Amino acid sequence: MRRVVPIGPYHPLQEEPEFFKLIVEGEKVVDLEINIGYNHRGHEFISQTLTWDQVPFLVERICGICSDSHPYAYVLAVEDCAHITPPPRAQYIRTIIGELERIHSHYLWLGLAGHFIGYNTVWMWVWRYREPLLDLFELIMGNRNHYAINKIGGARRDILPEDYPEIEKYLNLLEKKNAMFTNAILDDPVIRARLENVGVLTKEEAIAYAVTGPTARGSGYACDVRKDDPYDAYDKVDWNAIVFEEGDVLAKAKVRLLECDESIKIVRQCLKNMPDGPIETRVDDIPTGEGIGRHEAPRGEVFHYVRSDGSNMPVRHKIRAPSYMNIASNVVAVKGYSIADAALVLAAVDPCYCCTDRTFVYEKGKKKYSGQDLLRLSLEKTEKIKRRYGK
Amino acid sequence: MKKEYSKKILDEISAKFPGVAIKIYAPRRIYIKISKGKVFDFAKFLHNDKGFRFSIATGIDTRDGIEIIYHFSHDEAGTYYNIKTLISKDDLKIKSLATFLPAANWIEREIHELLGVDFIGHPNLVPLLTAETWPADLCPLRRDYQDEHKDLKVEKKAWEEF
Repeated sequence: MRRVVPIGPYHPLQEEPEFFKLIVEGEKVVDLEINIGYNHRGHEFISQTLTWDQVPFLVERICGICSDSHPYAYVLAVEDCAHITPPPRAQYIRTIIGELERIHSHYLWLGLAGHFIGYNTVWMWVWRYREPLLDLFELIMGNRNHYAINKIGGARRDILPEDYPEIEKYLNLLEKKNAMFTNAILDDPVIRARLENVGVLTKEEAIAYAVTGPTARGSGYACDVRKDDPYDAYDKVDWNAIVFEEGDVLAKAKVRLLECDESIKIVRQCLKNMPDGPIETRVDDIPTGEGIGRHEAPRGEVFHYVRSDGSNMPVRHKIRAPSYMNIASNVVAVKGYSIADAALVLAAVDPCYCCTDRTFVYEKGKKKYSGQDLLRLSLEKTEKIKRRYGK
Repeated sequence: MKKEYSKKILDEISAKFPGVAIKIYAPRRIYIKISKGKVFDFAKFLHNDKGFRFSIATGIDTRDGIEIIYHFSHDEAGTYYNIKTLISKDDLKIKSLATFLPAANWIEREIHELLGVDFIGHPNLVPLLTAETWPADLCPLRRDYQDEHKDLKVEKKAWEEF
């Protein structure tokens, strides 16, 4: 007999709203329906009402975890449209931050995956070594998150030479610890039993669903924008793309673990070869035309498309986050596995709901909230939080 | 070598689909204009025969109609193909790619609800992002869409009242 297990849209275990309707027969998952659109975002529209320089601030707030990826892809798109090449030092700075962000995002996933399979040791271990990285971000850019490093035609902040030893120190620590995690996780029979041959996404399915990032590379589908269509400093450093053929959750975990090693390699080489010079070029205006920016975010290819009519605002700004493609592939990946595995399989693509969910205007027959109402509600909530913490 | 490879593909395209307008703005960014009727076969050729990866589609409300750009990535050569087509507002219909390409499923649903384009043959053309109660004939990303949500200028009044 078929029964429905709803996960979401509002669920105590989910940080963000998304609806997964698991259709089960006994313990076996036979089908999955995914429903998105529970969070008002409207970024594509808002971005068309802002000037070119204001948009990075907006798109940085699309995602809290990979907050460097969206502005990175956006500035690449605008630079493509206006045929600007940023100075070499800015290219290296942007590459370093992009790679450090990959490490912190992969560690976040690894910790959560450990938590989902009930292996909380992994979770605490991994997050213990993620924390110094966030401190490092604060040291370099003044913020643990939302670094605001990207700017059309360059970088907004320089990495000071006195910060190099700090970065190097962290990389040395991480190199040892990452080797420890890789060995510990891959040798542990319990973890292997939970991850191996679970949630298999074959290469054909990966191509049909056009998944990107570690989800694709874990299924033997080698697409990595950094290798295929190199930008900034990625073609000036030596590194390998990690690809595994199995397509199960273990393969995705392996891709992420080994990618951290590659990121360490890239950051080291960038620091070593970092050229001197300015960190930005002067950008006067954006000519008529269109541009495409692609950045390999921790979860896959972030795609931004901008069209300019020569004014100071984009006419159209299309944003595609990797999770938009990856989450849809869950429909085939979760089928046939037990319900105990479902939570892990759904999380294996490292879903980012806030990237996927973008538009929703609340209406019940008639308009319920006006723009002014929404503003009032958000101000009220801020006040409530302030009162709770006695500020 | 990569350059020759993408040139070979471009030659093949112009031989197989005569009359398409190919524009190359930047070395690895290729824009191709094609008529509405040919899009389906063209996308099938790119994805099934040439192994291009479907990235996403963009819908734009322009003066002449709704423009749809299908973005395909050719990972082996590192080039990016943008297939542009224009749909007149009197006949907002186009053949759906989701019939052979599951990756296009969500984005076609999204363009359908935001811009009002009908994708013929789509397996499940229901709204993706908007609420269940949202009227089907209201397309929020159209230029002529009128709503107080659209006025994003924050009036001072709301701050002061608060």
